[in-house]
Formats: sequence, structure tokens, C-alpha cells
Amino acid sequence: MMKFGILVFPGSNCDHDCYHVIKHVLNCEAEFVWHKEKELKGFDVIIIPGGFSYGDYLRTGAIAKFSPVMKAVKKFAGKGGLIIGICNGFQILLEAGLLPGAMLRNRSLKFICKDIYIRIENANTPFTNKCTDKKVLRMPIAHAEGSYFADPATLSSLNKNQQVIFRYSDKSGNITDSANPNGSAENIGGICNKEGNILGMMPHPERCAEAILGNEDGKLIFKSIINFGKGVVR
Amino acid sequence: MKTLAREEPKITKKLIRDHGLTDGERQKIIKLLGREPTFTELGIFSVMWSEHCSYKSSKIHLRKFPTKNEIVVQGPGENAGAIDIGDGLAAVFKIESHNHPSFIEPYQGAATGVGGILRDIFTMGARPVALLNSLRFGPLQPTKNRFLFEGVISGIADYGNCMGVPTVGGEIYFSECYNFNPLVNAFCLGILKKDAIFKGNASGIGNSVIYVGSKTGRDGIHGVTMASEEFDDSSEAKRPNVQVGDPFTEKLLLEACLEAMKKGLIVGIQDMGGAGLTSSSSEMAGRAGTGIEIDTSLVPAREEGMIPYEIMLSESQERMLIVAEKDKEREIFNTFKKWDLDAIKIGKVTGDGRLRIKYGKKIFAEIPVEALTEEAPVYERPIQRPKAQDEINFLDINQISIPDNLNDALIKLLSSPTIANKAWVYEQYDHMVRTNTILIPGSDAAVIRIKDTTKALAITTDCNSRYCYLDPYKGGVIAVAEAARNLVCTGAKPLAITDCLNFGNPEKPEIMWQFEQSVQGISDACRALNTPVISGNVSFYNDTKGMSIYPTPVIGMVGIILSAEQCITQYFKDEGDIIILLGSNKEEIGGSEYLKVIHDIERGNPPEIDLNLEVRIHRTLLDAHKIGLIKSAHDCSEGGFAVTLSECCISNKERKIGAVIDLNENMRTDALLFGETQSRIMITASPAKIDGLKNVLEGYKIPYTLIGKVGGERLIINNNSSRLIDISIDNLNGAWRDSIRIMMNKT
Repeated sequence: MMKFGILVFPGSNCDHDCYHVIKHVLNCEAEFVWHKEKELKGFDVIIIPGGFSYGDYLRTGAIAKFSPVMKAVKKFAGKGGLIIGICNGFQILLEAGLLPGAMLRNRSLKFICKDIYIRIENANTPFTNKCTDKKVLRMPIAHAEGSYFADPATLSSLNKNQQVIFRYSDKSGNITDSANPNGSAENIGGICNKEGNILGMMPHPERCAEAILGNEDGKLIFKSIINFGKGVVR
Repeated sequence: MKTLAREEPKITKKLIRDHGLTDGERQKIIKLLGREPTFTELGIFSVMWSEHCSYKSSKIHLRKFPTKNEIVVQGPGENAGAIDIGDGLAAVFKIESHNHPSFIEPYQGAATGVGGILRDIFTMGARPVALLNSLRFGPLQPTKNRFLFEGVISGIADYGNCMGVPTVGGEIYFSECYNFNPLVNAFCLGILKKDAIFKGNASGIGNSVIYVGSKTGRDGIHGVTMASEEFDDSSEAKRPNVQVGDPFTEKLLLEACLEAMKKGLIVGIQDMGGAGLTSSSSEMAGRAGTGIEIDTSLVPAREEGMIPYEIMLSESQERMLIVAEKDKEREIFNTFKKWDLDAIKIGKVTGDGRLRIKYGKKIFAEIPVEALTEEAPVYERPIQRPKAQDEINFLDINQISIPDNLNDALIKLLSSPTIANKAWVYEQYDHMVRTNTILIPGSDAAVIRIKDTTKALAITTDCNSRYCYLDPYKGGVIAVAEAARNLVCTGAKPLAITDCLNFGNPEKPEIMWQFEQSVQGISDACRALNTPVISGNVSFYNDTKGMSIYPTPVIGMVGIILSAEQCITQYFKDEGDIIILLGSNKEEIGGSEYLKVIHDIERGNPPEIDLNLEVRIHRTLLDAHKIGLIKSAHDCSEGGFAVTLSECCISNKERKIGAVIDLNENMRTDALLFGETQSRIMITASPAKIDGLKNVLEGYKIPYTLIGKVGGERLIINNNSSRLIDISIDNLNGAWRDSIRIMMNKT
């Protein structure tokens, strides 16, 4: 069975939510990892959850990247371990340089919490293999700084290497400006690294993985990870 | 040894008056102490005897509330109340005002209001799982009101979002009476094991008194005194009295406190809210019948040179006072250190019943604790029904013309801010974190599941202050009845309430009359519905330049749904479903939103209410739902029948659907469409189940009417074969959905 480690920074908020989904909905092993830990042992997947690490003071994720655990995360990534950063977790991955680009404030300059649609741009990843290309998922976003930015060269290399995993779309999968909730470049809602083992995404799959909450689309992301894990020898 | 930065001033009559104390109160202090108070003591008395802390004008009236029944675990008097929700769990909740600071500095005022109510909940040992807020502003046309509205919303959002506690619901009304006095009432609910409730008790002589959280600064000094007087032109100069919030520190404080409680390290704990270190220390000692000695030179200070007076009166945020056994000190320090927080021993529990404040070795205050708590003044203020009351209750309905175009009137109502969709607000709140939110904001009530059980809680806040202005007794009754109706519409059984009583200056007999009447109304309704009052807050002096707000007794009510999957939503589901109105339509337009929005009239009598019928309708709906007969339910409230139907058609963004209604009523068409007759609920059932449903309704002998069918792309309302309303769903939606967003995007 796969074992998930969920990082806890001062100010992490979605750590409990991720733990709940992994442990009680998907019946996998899950453990919290305090940000002062220097090693990550025995984990197959690391989740960097959403929230306001260090109050998001200075800049989202800017202080969290100095936490001792981030060195271990880099090491873990280097060995090919799976890492998924959700919302503030994505912001931390960007600040830590594990993913390219940066986050700007939403173009409305306001926090936005609502359901949006994302289109799967690459279903051939450890995080999306239970989906098909161009499939549309409904998921909530909840952030004030989610407008993805990267320079043209970075964007073109992301596209070329199929590192764009999700784009904001309408219900039918059209990539339009009105379906872009925060002003992200090219409607980007999630990207991975070149090697494909690190995913950052702004929407919250852990918030839509149970029927009682009216939406189970998020489960596909976690099931993909588990599916991928079944084929991997540790 | 530490010495003071400056001398304390001499006590003069003027100084005493400046502290908001009357001559009589000064005499009482001298009697209790046997001498003139010192400067520090004067400060302590002034905040503890302020209206905000002592409830001196309201106390005798609040005794009318029913506060007990078989599920009440903790009634009023602690940081928050608690009820038994089964499975060994209790729900802890409370609502509190932060009106005055929010007018002076909307962002910080509202943010720290949220911070304060969160601390009240986790102080009890409960993890906060839901926030709601009840807000009142002046109309959105003036720039100043948009500034206040925008600031308050982002203050609430930033604090709650950072804490990771979802803001799941609430209510917002707009009215001229709040132009210079917006109301910001914050509600919080937490859940904990029933046998693990912590209290604010300083028990155990010799135990350590420990200070945790942020450092103490000069912010917020005399915040409670400010909340206990009227506003005038100089009020903006009081901006330095408003505290500054730091939600990140509060998040750490939350986690550290819950961890220390779980480890069994804490004897008693209280938040340093209004009146800071003064109220927390004296109230904790008061409840335990002990004394407390504090050395203020040990209190972590944010600035240099603070004197005991300032340290005791500071309302710096994100601080807690803990009483613990001596041998647990070390472990407490370590727990807080893990979360990068200050935890410092500043004193001890004593057996002499005194609050002793020192700075190093020198004593600056020594007051019998009882003098601050039990002996605080209690007033039976004069009561007088306003002379103008008959005049404002007079309404000649024949003088009011029925609009030629009822479609236009409906569109106008739907786009008026009080009725319009509030997504512009709640999309700024993280309303989903903690993954419990089953019904998102915009529903009759918020519904959150309780993890590890099959249950869910429904929560709502409610108060129509125009009704209370026209008839404070009836307004109080309706506020409770409607809150209960909101819960029932989600399938929940109402359990208990908390209240936030916002009124004008209690020294005015007319205001005290409004207060007394409202409290009586709330009490009677709570008895009829078996929903005791378990916590609450009174906010007086909501007056600016002599103008009082409408009496606004906000009710926060909590109910339970035994099977979380069975929660009811308000919007119409499927083509062909039968629409039934529970209750009956009456010709009542007094005090309605329709009169205000269309005719600019705020007078008459609010609608009648029969609590007996109300309770029967609730039971009927819940029983019919239990056997699966109900597909949707929506409370009929502001804007009446036509607005309720419109919301049923358009409130599900993903699937809007029309309806055709045929009525046979003999009354004014405007009263029929827009009157606000109470105890009405709009429900739907599938055609296959309509006979079963009729049987249940007949069995309970409640009035009901089959009024039409769901379907099509228009809302059509006919009465006696004449067409009153015929509007496309898109037009209804357009008027309702983005009206506030459009107003706020104007600069």
C-alpha cells in the first residue's frame, strides 16, 4: 500500500483535509510531517497542502521554502519520489524552484473561493492517468494569489514538454478568458516538472472527493497516484 | 529591579468622568475599596464596570431567557455555550458584536471581531469548524458605505481564510439606519468531546498564571469603553483604540492551545478579549472564588515604557491567560515553543480573593475580585414606549398604489442588495476548507457534516430589524421563528440559539423599551420552539450623532440533521414536480421589503405570527421529509411569495428551471406577490409522491395549497386566470445574480 506524507507548516490549513481523504476515503496510509523534520523516510508520495504557511507574510510560500523539511523534499524529488503541491503547496514549490514560474495576485485582487472547471491537458502522468486527455473536471479553488505567470520562453518549454497538466476551461472544455478565474497565463491551473514527478495545482482535489460534498472529481487525481504506485517498485 | 517609565497621574473628578464612570459609581468604588482608587485601579474599574463587560443595563432583562433543557451542557456565563449533539460530542457556539471598531476601521475592526469569537470557541477546548456573520450597512450608493462594506468583507475574509475555518453563511441587510453605525456580528461554532470542555476558572491556590500568545502593545486601550458610548464627529480620532489582527499568530495559538489541552496541561483558560488581561484575570478568579496576583513587569511588551495601567487595559489581539499546576509549567512552555509562541509565567492563584497587580515589587492595584464581577452596578433603566410608535404603525393601505407593471417590481426587488445574491461576498470567504460544507452560502441555512458521525449541523443567523423597529416584541418573535424555519428548510431540527442584541443608547427610555420588548419576544419564541439561549452578547450605544439604529437582535440558531445525506436544498429540481405552499397567504404588506424598495415607506405593522402554527409546520415538514416526500424547501421571507419562487428557480447556478403557478386568492396583487406573511414554506414533491404528501399534511391539519408545477424557462404566476408575473428565467437571474457585484465595481 502506498504511504503518503503530508507536510505541516505553521499556518497549513488543508493538511487535515488531505489526511482525511487519503486515510478515510482512499484507505491508504497517511502521516503528518512537521516542517522541522530533516528527513523523509518510508514515503511514496509527499503532499504539500494548502493554507497560509507563515501567514503568507512577505509573499506566498516565500518563508516556507526555508523550512528544514524543504531540503528533504528536494532530495526526495531528486530520487524520483512523487510530490503534489496543492494551492499554497503549489506556491511553495514555485518559490522553492522545484517548478518554474511564479504566482501573481488574482486579477480581481480578491480572494476567490468557488467551483471552476479544469481541462486535463496531459493524462499521461502519475497524477492524471485515471483521466483522459481533454476531460473536464469540476473543482473548487480558494486563493488570493493564483494567477500563474512565466516568461514566454518558460511557457513555450512547458507546452513543448507537455508540462501543462490543467487549464481552466468552461464546462464543455473551451479554454476562454471568461473561464479563467484568476488571470493565469494561458489559463494554466497546474503544471509538472520535466521529469513528471512533481505536480503543482491551484484547485483543491481533496475538497471534492466525496459524494456527500456533491462532487467526486478530485478523487481521480488521488486514484491516479495510487494507480501509478501499483506499477512502481520502491 | 525594573522601574516605571513614568508616574501615574493624580485622581481627579475629571479623570474619573473621562473614564466613563458616574459620580454614583465613584462613590461605590470608594466604598468597596475603603479609599480612593489608584490610577491603575480606576482603569480596571472603568473597563470592568463598562456596559460591554458588566451588562449593567441588560442583566435584569436577560434573566427572562430560557437557558436550560435536556441538551444544554453549558449555558450563558462562560466564554461560549455548549449543547449535546450525541455521539459523545458537544457543539460550542456564540455570536459577538464588533460594531464600533468596524465603523472606525472596517478592515481591522471586522478582522479582530472574527479573531475574538474564534478564541471564545477554542478556549472551551473545541476546534472551530464554522464561522458565520450577520452584517448591516447603509445603502451602497454612497462611497463611504461601499468603503465600509468592502473593508468589513475583506477583514472577515482575510482572518477566517488564514485561520482555515470556513465562513459558511450569514446574512446582510442594507438600510439607512446603519449609515453611520454598521453592524458586524461574528458567529463561531466548534465541536469537541462532551466531557472535555475547558472553563475559565482560576482554581487551585498556588497554581501558576501563564501568559501565552502575542506581545502586549498599547493598541485597543479602552476599546470596551469606546463600545459603551455614543459616536460623534470625533469618533474617527479613536482609530488608535482599534486593535490590529494577526490571524497567523492566532492560528498558531489555536493549534498550541488545543495541543496543550489534549495533553492535560491546563486547569483553566480564558481569552484576553475585551478589557484584555483585566477581564480575563478577574473573571477567572471570580468564577473560582480565588484571587490572582500578577507582576506586570513580566508581561511580554511590544513597546518600551508601558505602565501597569496600559498593560492591564491593552486589547492587543491573539493572547490567552492559562492557569496550570506548577509541575506542568515546563511542558506548557515547550508546547508553545514548538509553535513559536511566547508562554511566560506572570503570576499565581491566591486564596485571598483579590486581584493584585504589581510591577516588580510595587503594588499598583489591589481590588477584591467580587468588586469587579459580582458587585458591578446593575441598573433598572427607565422604560418608555416611544410617542411616535403609534404614528409609525399607522399605514393606510388604500393610499398605496399597486404598480402597473408587477414584472418590473419583481425585478427591482430581486436586484435590491438586501435580497440580491451575495456571491460577491461569500466567494471572498473560504467556505469549503475542512471539507465539511454540504450546503454552501446562499442557502436558507449553512449545513456542515460532523466527521466520524452520520450527522450534520445546520446553522443560520437571522433578524429583520425593520420588523423590530415597528414592533420590537413581534420582531423578536419573528427573528427566532424565521431562524428555526430556515433550519427546518434544510431538514434540521432546531436545537438552541445564541443572540447578539444590537441596540441604541440604553440611557434613553425608548431604547430600553425596544430592548425589553425584543428580549420578551425572543424568550417567548424560544420557549415555544424549545430552543434555549446558551450564549450571547449585548451591544448598546449603537448611536451616532443622536440617531439610533433600528433594534437589531440577531439570532444565531443551530439545528441537527441525523442523516447528513438527507439535507434538503432550496432550488427546484425536476420538470413536472408539484409546488406546494405550506401555510397561507394573507394581505400583509406592513414593514415589507416591497414597501421600502418600491414605495420608500417603512411603516405599518409587521406580519402576524402564530407560534403554535409555526411549530406545527416545522414538524410536518420534518416528518414528511423523513419518509422521503420532499424534493426542495425554501423559506418565504423578505420579498415574499414571488421572490421566494424566483430564488427556487435560479439559485442553482448549474441548473436553472422555470415554474408555472396558478392561484385563486382574493387580495391585493402586490400583497399576494410581495407580502411577508410568516410561517410559509415553498416545497416541491414528485407527482408520484403527492398523494402520500397530502396525507401527511392533512394529518397535521396545517394549511397548504398545491400552487403549480416546475418546468419551462419562465416564471409565470397567474391569479384567478389573470397573469401577474411572466418573466424569463434568464431575466430573473440577471437581476438577482450580479447586482451587488455591479454596484461594487463602480468606483
